[in-house]
Amino acid sequence: MMRILSDPSVKVLGRSVPLPLPPMAPLSMLFSRLMRHVLQRHPSILRRMGATAGSRFLIDVTDMPFPMLLEPSLRRLTVTTRRNPPPHDTEIRGKLKSFLAMLHAEEDGDALFFSGELEIAGDTSSVVALRNALDDAEIDLTEELATLAGPAGPALRRMSALLERRTGLSLSRHRVQEDPEDFR
Amino acid sequence: MDLTVGSNAFFWTAETVRDFYDALATTPVSRVVIGEWVCSKRLPFWQDEIPGAVEALLAGGKEVAVTSLALITLKRERKQTDDLVAMGLPVEVNDLSALRHIPEGTPFWVGPMVNVYNEGTVNWLARRGATRICLPPELPLPAIATLAKAGAEAGVAVEVWAHGRAPLAISGRCYHARLTDRAKDSCQFVCGDDPDGRDVDTLDGHAFLTVNGVQTLGRAVTTVARQINALREAGVAALRLSPHVGDFVAVAEAYAARLAAPDGSGPDLVAELRRLMPGAEFCDGFVRGDVGSSFSGAAA
Amino acid sequence: MMELVCPAGTPAALRAAVEAGAHAIYCGFADETNARNFPGLNFSREELAEGVAHAHARGAKVLVAINTFPRAGDQALWHSAVADAEAAGADAVILADIGLLAHAAEKHPNLRLHLSVQAAAANPDAINLYAESFGVRRVVLPRVLTVDEIAAINREIDVETEVFVFGGLCVMAEGRCALSSYATGKSPNMNGVCSPASHVAYAEVNGAQEARLGDFLIHRTPKGAVAPYPTLCKGCFTSPDAKGEVQTGHIFEDPASLDATRLIPALQKAGVTALKIEGRQRSRAYVAQVVRAFRAAVEAADRGQPMPEGLLAKLTEGQAATTGAYAKTWR
Repeated sequence: MMRILSDPSVKVLGRSVPLPLPPMAPLSMLFSRLMRHVLQRHPSILRRMGATAGSRFLIDVTDMPFPMLLEPSLRRLTVTTRRNPPPHDTEIRGKLKSFLAMLHAEEDGDALFFSGELEIAGDTSSVVALRNALDDAEIDLTEELATLAGPAGPALRRMSALLERRTGLSLSRHRVQEDPEDFR
Repeated sequence: MDLTVGSNAFFWTAETVRDFYDALATTPVSRVVIGEWVCSKRLPFWQDEIPGAVEALLAGGKEVAVTSLALITLKRERKQTDDLVAMGLPVEVNDLSALRHIPEGTPFWVGPMVNVYNEGTVNWLARRGATRICLPPELPLPAIATLAKAGAEAGVAVEVWAHGRAPLAISGRCYHARLTDRAKDSCQFVCGDDPDGRDVDTLDGHAFLTVNGVQTLGRAVTTVARQINALREAGVAALRLSPHVGDFVAVAEAYAARLAAPDGSGPDLVAELRRLMPGAEFCDGFVRGDVGSSFSGAAA
Repeated sequence: MMELVCPAGTPAALRAAVEAGAHAIYCGFADETNARNFPGLNFSREELAEGVAHAHARGAKVLVAINTFPRAGDQALWHSAVADAEAAGADAVILADIGLLAHAAEKHPNLRLHLSVQAAAANPDAINLYAESFGVRRVVLPRVLTVDEIAAINREIDVETEVFVFGGLCVMAEGRCALSSYATGKSPNMNGVCSPASHVAYAEVNGAQEARLGDFLIHRTPKGAVAPYPTLCKGCFTSPDAKGEVQTGHIFEDPASLDATRLIPALQKAGVTALKIEGRQRSRAYVAQVVRAFRAAVEAADRGQPMPEGLLAKLTEGQAATTGAYAKTWR
């Protein structure tokens, strides 16, 4: 059962009017490129999501100037606006810090949700599927960007480490035990 | 297809119990299950009525079985199960552990609180001595049909939960006691205040559940009134009616009349039930494989 | 030392659990044969085989939960799950259904059988019945028993017992609850889900956050307050008594989760073999943190040291913890 809180598509005389292209089109292209790269490196994400990969996720990182629309099966991540967000099935809202901590398994998604640091609206099952699929993929944002950046990769890794220290944001995946062989 | 009256879920006074079974003895049902299946603490208040009730029911030509508790945890409760077997009537097993008290080869019945979901389970219980199984209330019609067939092949009569608030859960915790800020061990038998269970509504005022001591039931009264022909075609041996306050004898008679007129020529059973149980909401979602609380008939 | 049995909803969580010190990991196939049949979760046959190899190489066991009740006319799906778990090298399967136990005992005589909590075997008679009839070697006890009752049970049986020490808490006898299907049509026994996300809807109404399950309002919290998942038995409802006086509250259970850390020494003394952590639906971050904390706790218990407390407050649902039925006052 799906409940959409608000249908944000703009309708004039029964006909959908295309939303004005945000001035961030180049950013959308870059994000989508990153998205395709991640999905190619982690094919299990789409497999795990199954039919829910067709859902449209509005990702609203509240301390960023714009929300994003994630469409996994179209391999698309586009920048949009808060005033006129495109039609979507589900919305996840929270601070950048929370999204990154969840992505890198530094915080548990459910715990962030129970404590109100992440909020969701709309089709809960798609959010659960996305969360589980990303959790299994063990994504490391810095590595995804560095491998995408090619020759600029090493510089990007250094920059990420610096940023991480400066901002306290989780930008890469830190493993507690590097070598589990000698753990026991 | 005939009618079985299941054991009463609620805490009734000894006098109410006596009147209920006296009246039931002359009602057109084929068999009756008697005994306490919800809370062992209630039993001392009415167990002296059981021998007389059994006698009246047997004299009325009914088959009679005696139920085990649905959740047996205490030593005293395990011992009570031995006493049931000693009564010489078939035991209706509602907690699988009761089987340990029934000698191999002694026939027994299986109640709706035992998880019988598939042919493998029917066959295992049949080999162990089951002759009659009332399926869990949440099973949909295709599963019922498969199990009725498996039962027929294994010599087991298969029943379905046909009328009454469906038992949805059993717990170690007493919700009646919790609602009055008491622990289970000092409950002061507060569930006796609600002879049809205590209402639980949602915050926006919709009827939802019923608590009955350690048991939780649906609020809507399950009725398979609209599925009787389908259940008969599926090979179901009996419909189980669960006791409620009100004119239960008339309810049983209404079902009996409906069974006697398979072409539907008699009075409409749902309309009859609405008349006999004023204010009740009905449901039949489980048997239709839908949301359990939903009903195929129009709202009253 | 008591065995620590840890959840894994994904291969990444399995690796996290092994790394954090799990002695055994339990998981299930990505279908309705297991009681955590949630979107995006669970293992393919291939992932299970890899997971078993990974765990075995590091001295940990893998237990496969096939703990829903096979659908009439469709038992083959459950039968093949048992065969595939054995083929993947699983150390045991965790079953609940009598028919499936009979099948496994007959067709897979070398496969170790554990009785799932979904079978709700709550007394020595039930446990001995499963042990004698099917050769069950370990029983996961339902969360309706006190520590004293667990000790008494252990004196009357000769199979191992495993008890839950952390995570979501069923207040009803497990495997005997149809509340979820009454409200949504989907149940733990038949579909491997309880209060499924597919039927959950959150909405903001007059400044309050409302959570519904199917057509039923489960709770309403002020905006910005802690909002637990709308699990049916942890909802907030109203109930009038016989005199018409209305009670409002968490009639079945507060949205708390189980944390029995401080009872570990008592459970050890009660003869419990293994401690189980709930949460196959939770993230690998949860698994890593909880497993690490409990590994430290069982090691401390083994040395007779006091139990650490309050390490995991943030991970409990609704952020309140209870020792549940293990303390008799819970009832």
